[in-house]
Amino acid sequence: MEPVLTKFVHEPNSFTLDVSLTHGAYEGLRKAVTMQPGEVIDAVKASGLRGRGGAGFPAGMKWGFVPKDSPKPKYVCCNADESEPGTFKDHVLMERNPHLVLEGVAIACYAIGATTGYIYIRGEFWHVAAVLEGAIAEARARGCLGADIFGSGFDCEIHVHLGAGAYEAGEESALLESLEGKRAQPRLRPPFPAVVGLYGCPTVINNVETLANVPFIIVNGPEWFSGIGPEKNTGPKLFCVSGHVNAPGVYEASMHTTLRQLIYDHAGGIRGGRQLKAVIPGGSSTPVLLPSAIDVPASFDGVAAAGSMLGSAAMIVMDDTTCMVWAAENLIHFYRHESCGKCTPCREGADWMLRILRKIERGDGAMRDLDLLESVARNINGKTLCPFGEAEVAPVLSTLQHFRHEYEAHIREGRCPLHADWRRGA
Amino acid sequence: MTFHPNMPYDTGLHASARQLPDPGEPFAFTPERRARLEEIAAHYPPERRRSALLPALHLVQHQQGHVSARAMEHVAEVIGVTPAEVEDVVSYYSMFYAQPVGTYVLQVCRTLSCALNGAERVTDVLSRTLGIKPGETDASGMFTLMEVECLGACDRAPVVAVNEHWHELVTPEAAARLVDDLRARGPAALSGCHLCVEKGK
Repeated sequence: MEPVLTKFVHEPNSFTLDVSLTHGAYEGLRKAVTMQPGEVIDAVKASGLRGRGGAGFPAGMKWGFVPKDSPKPKYVCCNADESEPGTFKDHVLMERNPHLVLEGVAIACYAIGATTGYIYIRGEFWHVAAVLEGAIAEARARGCLGADIFGSGFDCEIHVHLGAGAYEAGEESALLESLEGKRAQPRLRPPFPAVVGLYGCPTVINNVETLANVPFIIVNGPEWFSGIGPEKNTGPKLFCVSGHVNAPGVYEASMHTTLRQLIYDHAGGIRGGRQLKAVIPGGSSTPVLLPSAIDVPASFDGVAAAGSMLGSAAMIVMDDTTCMVWAAENLIHFYRHESCGKCTPCREGADWMLRILRKIERGDGAMRDLDLLESVARNINGKTLCPFGEAEVAPVLSTLQHFRHEYEAHIREGRCPLHADWRRGA
Repeated sequence: MTFHPNMPYDTGLHASARQLPDPGEPFAFTPERRARLEEIAAHYPPERRRSALLPALHLVQHQQGHVSARAMEHVAEVIGVTPAEVEDVVSYYSMFYAQPVGTYVLQVCRTLSCALNGAERVTDVLSRTLGIKPGETDASGMFTLMEVECLGACDRAPVVAVNEHWHELVTPEAAARLVDDLRARGPAALSGCHLCVEKGK
């Protein structure tokens, strides 16, 4: 597949309006403002575009939930929190093709009747925020954003809002809380943000990559878009591959591409010619897969059928030097740190799981700890306000399922049997 | 307080425990930062000024390195919320420091993709070189060492952020050199970052 979203990101100064215009920037917005807002939503619905942030929810349907008769202002929030471990695709888009992201936000605003869009970007991406702010200034100066865009009477202002280090801010209702100047903690739903969102107003929240697809759907038509990739898994897709591969990076491909092709063809195979041991297919919140399960399409439905999730399409590849108990402990440390603390099962459960994992990993575990670990995990699952609970148990339950023998070896031998040279104290 | 008799409560500070912020010196924004804050506040509806709280706290940290209790009081007044609400937010977000930090805050990404590429060894080398543990500031007040969670640059693992500058593909040897370089050349040592080089900055 010819790259669409990342077509010119390797060109010098790809982030400038001049270079972007030579590649058709803002043509989608120019066309969208001549259409009825409902037609724009219909086009996105017909394209089959599914959210690229993790859940894979149809974007057009989300836009359609916004009440048309509400007297309140409406908002679009672009979720640029990109905090899921293993994920770095939105980073590339915003840094190298910011005008595409801005165009997507503006079209979404037009479609739902909003005049203000916020890009909520994680605080550590301050340099990317600066690129976006520069791009906004350039676009406003040339009439691509601001008042009366392309003489259509449509006004649209986009602002960049910098977060301050909170994984949970990537959850859409927590993102709204953070944007309102509070702790990033999730809201009870319903009501959903499409009806009661930012400042209590109807709000659409989409991932960066989701919005970046929208201009192409408007320019090339929904049929073009749905012609890429398998049915119900349409359009170009960015894949992040990191870990023990020769060429980690962001790769754009259709969702026909298999996990194996991404690891061995795109990312150059396993480092040092070693054997693949396990792969996390969609960011740290998705269950680990065995090498025997990687001949499936890297699509929402394909990865789900293999027993995991496409998530944010962030593959973390682990070779045969990796201790899976150590890997689970590493990720649970992350979740324990990032749990927002609102729901007791998630807050206390993460802490408890970490203590059990540490005990096993350092060789002090007992066989009964495995049952305790599983019991704690199962008591978090489904008992929290947001999907964080399911996310934090995925590394534990999937490694227990596929690598129980490694846990048992730690307990039997009273040590970590697989202490690789790239680890602490090696 | 242990939940399990065989498990010491060893995972550090509990998320709900309150750590008192540094009282700090009297604080007010410089006129430039105050003007910048008003520019940012104009992005939000006037009755939603609280949205400018996170940006205000970033400005505080740019000005004095951390967010002291006095600075929280000032921000509360400027934004129109209570100091308790400001502390509530400061204590939640990991990028805000309620205690003084060193001139250079070395943040080693410790999450899986970086760890698979040797981040633990990078932390150990920095710890040995500086004679401090993660979370501590050295006696000179020049360096604070921290382990942070995923920075979103997993393809260039391991990543060490020094204040706001990212250093990528950092080997343990390169980490030790970075410390020497910062001691010898100061902020000039930060110019070697991938992004800075590429943008010609």
